[in-house]
Amino acid sequence: MVENKKLFSVGQDIGRVDGVAKVNGSAQYVDDLSYPGMWHGMTKRSEVAHGVLKAIVKGAGSGETAFDWSDIVVVTAADIPGRNTILLMEEDQPALVSVGNHIRHMDEAVALVAAPTRARALAALGALEIEVEELAAAVTPDEALKAEVKIYGDDNIFKSFLIEKGDEDIDTLLASCAHVVEGTYRTGAQEQMYIETQGMISRWDGENCHIIGSMQCPFYVQKAMRTLLDITDDALVVEQAVTGGGFGGKEEYPSMIAGHAALLAKKAGVPVKLIYERDEDIAATTKRHPSVVKHRMGFDEAGNIVAIDIDVVFDGGAYLTLTPVVLSRGVLHAAGPYRCANTRVRGRAVATNTPPHGAFRGFGAPQTTFAYERQMQKAAKALGMSQFALREKCMLVEGDTTSTSQLLKGSVGSIEVMAAVKEHDAKALDTRIDDSAGASIRRGRGLAFYFHGAGFTGSGEARLAGRATVALSASGQFEVRSSSTDIGQGVRTMFSQISATALGVEVDAIEVVVPATNKVPDSGPTVASRTTMVVGKVVHEASVALREKIEAWAADKGMQGMGLREAGAAMAREEGEVAITSQYKPPEGIEWDDETYTGSAYPCYGWAACLIDVSVDLDTAEVTIDRCVHAVDLGKAINPTIVKGQIEGGTLQSLGWALWEEVIYKGGKVQNDRMTNCIIPTFSDAPEMTTILVEEAFDFGPHGAKGVGEIPMDGPCAAVVNAVEDALGELASASSFDTLPLTPEAIGRALRSVS
Amino acid sequence: MSDFLQPRSLAQALEERAAHLEYQLLAGGTDLLVASKDRLPLLGMIDLMSVSELSGIEEVAGGGLRIGATTSYSKILDSEAIATRFALLHKACREIGAAQIQARGTLGGNIATSSPVGDSLPALMALDAQLELASTRGKRTVPYREFLRGYRKVDMAEDELIVAILLPAQPEGAFHYWRKVGTRRAQSISKLMIAAVGSVQDGKIASAKISLGAVADRTIRLYEVEKAIVGQKPGPETAAIAKEVVRASITPIDDLRSNAEYRLSTAENLVARFVLGLASTVGTTQSPSSAKKNK
Amino acid sequence: MKIEVTINGEKRQVETAGHRRLLDVLRDEFALFGTKEGCGEGECGACTVLLEGEVVNSCLIAVGQVNGKSLTTIEGMADGQTLHVIQQALIDFGGAQCGICTPGVALCAKWALEKEPNASKERLRELMSGNICRCTGYQAIVDAVVSAQEGADS
Repeated sequence: MVENKKLFSVGQDIGRVDGVAKVNGSAQYVDDLSYPGMWHGMTKRSEVAHGVLKAIVKGAGSGETAFDWSDIVVVTAADIPGRNTILLMEEDQPALVSVGNHIRHMDEAVALVAAPTRARALAALGALEIEVEELAAAVTPDEALKAEVKIYGDDNIFKSFLIEKGDEDIDTLLASCAHVVEGTYRTGAQEQMYIETQGMISRWDGENCHIIGSMQCPFYVQKAMRTLLDITDDALVVEQAVTGGGFGGKEEYPSMIAGHAALLAKKAGVPVKLIYERDEDIAATTKRHPSVVKHRMGFDEAGNIVAIDIDVVFDGGAYLTLTPVVLSRGVLHAAGPYRCANTRVRGRAVATNTPPHGAFRGFGAPQTTFAYERQMQKAAKALGMSQFALREKCMLVEGDTTSTSQLLKGSVGSIEVMAAVKEHDAKALDTRIDDSAGASIRRGRGLAFYFHGAGFTGSGEARLAGRATVALSASGQFEVRSSSTDIGQGVRTMFSQISATALGVEVDAIEVVVPATNKVPDSGPTVASRTTMVVGKVVHEASVALREKIEAWAADKGMQGMGLREAGAAMAREEGEVAITSQYKPPEGIEWDDETYTGSAYPCYGWAACLIDVSVDLDTAEVTIDRCVHAVDLGKAINPTIVKGQIEGGTLQSLGWALWEEVIYKGGKVQNDRMTNCIIPTFSDAPEMTTILVEEAFDFGPHGAKGVGEIPMDGPCAAVVNAVEDALGELASASSFDTLPLTPEAIGRALRSVS
Repeated sequence: MSDFLQPRSLAQALEERAAHLEYQLLAGGTDLLVASKDRLPLLGMIDLMSVSELSGIEEVAGGGLRIGATTSYSKILDSEAIATRFALLHKACREIGAAQIQARGTLGGNIATSSPVGDSLPALMALDAQLELASTRGKRTVPYREFLRGYRKVDMAEDELIVAILLPAQPEGAFHYWRKVGTRRAQSISKLMIAAVGSVQDGKIASAKISLGAVADRTIRLYEVEKAIVGQKPGPETAAIAKEVVRASITPIDDLRSNAEYRLSTAENLVARFVLGLASTVGTTQSPSSAKKNK
Repeated sequence: MKIEVTINGEKRQVETAGHRRLLDVLRDEFALFGTKEGCGEGECGACTVLLEGEVVNSCLIAVGQVNGKSLTTIEGMADGQTLHVIQQALIDFGGAQCGICTPGVALCAKWALEKEPNASKERLRELMSGNICRCTGYQAIVDAVVSAQEGADS
């Protein structure tokens, strides 16, 4: 049995394959790397939200003697060999603003410097002067929608969507409902706050460029470099260094830094390292889109949802980046995991003169999830039903259709996740607060229920056709080659388990190659809860095919009965490398209409429920999270410890966003660009968490696995706010709890406005 | 290259200070070295951490304590005398930064900077701490509440060093109330702090010293509130009076961390909580060292 | 100035300006890259090292201040190839994800368990609150440290 267990590692808690390197400090992140003769780069940024760049001047500096520019390399837009853009979806964002062109946000790159030391580069940055003609700016969606300041097109709208279900007029239906619940929900920008700031090193060997750094998507960087550097794929290698967290924040922006490092290295003729300082990273890189969601739900007397009407506005920032896709996911999740025959969801993403907002775990869904789960809490109260009862009544189950009319045909864990947290509802409220001097504490409990589409939207995975290779190297080692980056979430370990299990070998027989564009095929980006489910599936198939090939070869040679490792070693000795590359083929019956936004929005969904207890100190309006129970249906836990870690990490990011995390802007400039004032939760803020893994297998995922990366981010925010409302009850109006973050200042104001 | 001086005695430190008035004084570095990456100190630094006369905690006549200026918060937290007799300071130090900051940050450093959010300062003010200052010209002693002159402004000549902090004995069985309202539960910058020490005799408030941090441009004492409640019976009525006087006597600030409205109402509520806490001490022998999180 | 410091039991020397951050000297002069920079202002704890057994942020210490003293960095936590029980527990419980905070977390946990061997979970959270992790939600780290604590008891 022990032997079998070793050969069937899927579902087991093996320690992460990169664990030792991470606990003993030997893992090499980009800032730990250096190359002979390496210089250090830094970025000169705009200081206006909107303007025209007039000149870039090598100034004299503030020292007693004029600044010496002899050992400094300065790069401007004029040094760009290709087209001046960081290409992802459109060519709207320049790599460096060129003289005569528009600056569209406060922290836009206008020039770069490199010097032999960081201190010299910093001094050069201080001596480099820019001249700018400032223009009126639109720094909020309301201002931008007036279209007096043109940021994108004529109307400053990056993208809009309309999703309709049912033939009846929504307004008429709502007017006829027994109960209508309405609210306007606002959420702020959220900083990913990976503890490793962004950074890249580039070096050139003649016309060949090498880029290594902190990133989620090497092939996104490759795509951007083709255009910017006018370079072929053969002449460019983009390699991932060990990456200290991403959460979506290292999906798009790394292409900017890679381009900058490559431009500096090319001009300087030496390797150049460009590592962001924390304040720079917070101010300039992408964050979660601020949102306003207007939500109306009509119910009949029995508590059935009759109609839903939603209007979503996301603040996209100054450039398109991935905003249309984020908005798409936001609107696709907006009606929630609830049964309703008549829905209308409208969404708009607006361009503003603020640094671009972009990918962050959840990718548009947390904003709309917060809105619908606040709505459900209000609805249960209005209907006089328990929080569980209303959700159980309305939740989608197998055979129901979503707001895009997608028929749910399997792997629907809604009933199971709800039942799992309900078991914990029996437990009495407990608190961590113990203030000896007579604190006045109110306690409350909140529930949230939600779903999250796994993989790319609609026909995205079919278009992408991600590939992965499983190879028996010439030396007899099994290798998994994919572009899925391990950014902490454990991809390398889980791919080892998937491949080892398919091959029928021990996990330590597998080497999961660190992605570099010259070593791995393009498996698509490491985003969208797709890695285990989609790329893992491809790895599984390639592994199965490789096993069959080796077994056939062994049979042919009369070597039956030999273990696969030994047979592989024999085959490698005779045949050299044997590699199988598989490509993703989506399951049958995935029909999606991109025009009407109807059909199968996602191949499957993860389902989750979260129960949270809080204590609210009435004297200070501070919220303490006492307990968090989170049940998540992820199909199959390839490695329970690792996926539990994903859930717990996502949960705390959601709780942080709900209570503490806030990016404060003034005139389009981030005001709190330090970890001391742009805060995230500490050990003491985090509650003890109970995480329940529910496994409703998705037949098309590897061993039934579906995505889990993002869903824990979606709902805990609503659960904690619902708990605060439960704690305060009649002491404040329900609409006091509709804006995130829900700070003590806001709670205190709500308490005072009623008392 | 920038100068880095490391005097080994107080006399040497005072001489070097007198000789290099433009140098920065370095103690635990938890404030001075923030954002120092790639930047040279303007001219030089005088590191005070090797001066043994500047650190340590000793008993003084009359039941007080003398704490050397470069004594770290973690040394203060390890002191039984402070935990039992000056619980207010102990509680405050426990919530300064986290362990790493407590290991390096010094009481003297907090005083020299006297930021409005300095977490030890309300405790020192409520405990009527005195400072011992020295220069090559001589020594003097000044109450902390007089030493603090404005926003990060202190009564310290440019050649002076803070040598020690003197804590006078507190009333027997006094109630020490500390509450920090930060941006989060740990490792946070304060939105508001209250440090208060009071005693009850014969059912009446016999003494009360209340200090607030982070609500104004400097740490403040609420003398008017103290005056209004001393002699009164501790309980809800006196708490209500205290709240009114708080409202009339402070004008809190708005900043990135919080706003005036929140600070005002929270200050009222916590001052009231102190008064109610005094009520709960009546007839009991208070053990002030009970730490709320260390169960 | 000439700095002499014992790092992980080994005497090391360097000639450098006394005001430089210990963090930079560890990385740039001694090639000890396990000590990470997350914020540069004593907020995140990624640069945590033990100075004379005390837990400190190396980004807020001038290297001149450690002259003649002894330091433990993450490179000195394991006994050769044998991981410290806390390091092993961090792997077993999933307490390391992206890993950038892990060296600081591991050292702080070692300090915390030595300082208060019987600390409660809540107290351990308080003692370690100067180390910020964005990946784990802290639960797996707490579980790992508690397991190391129980291992030490038995």
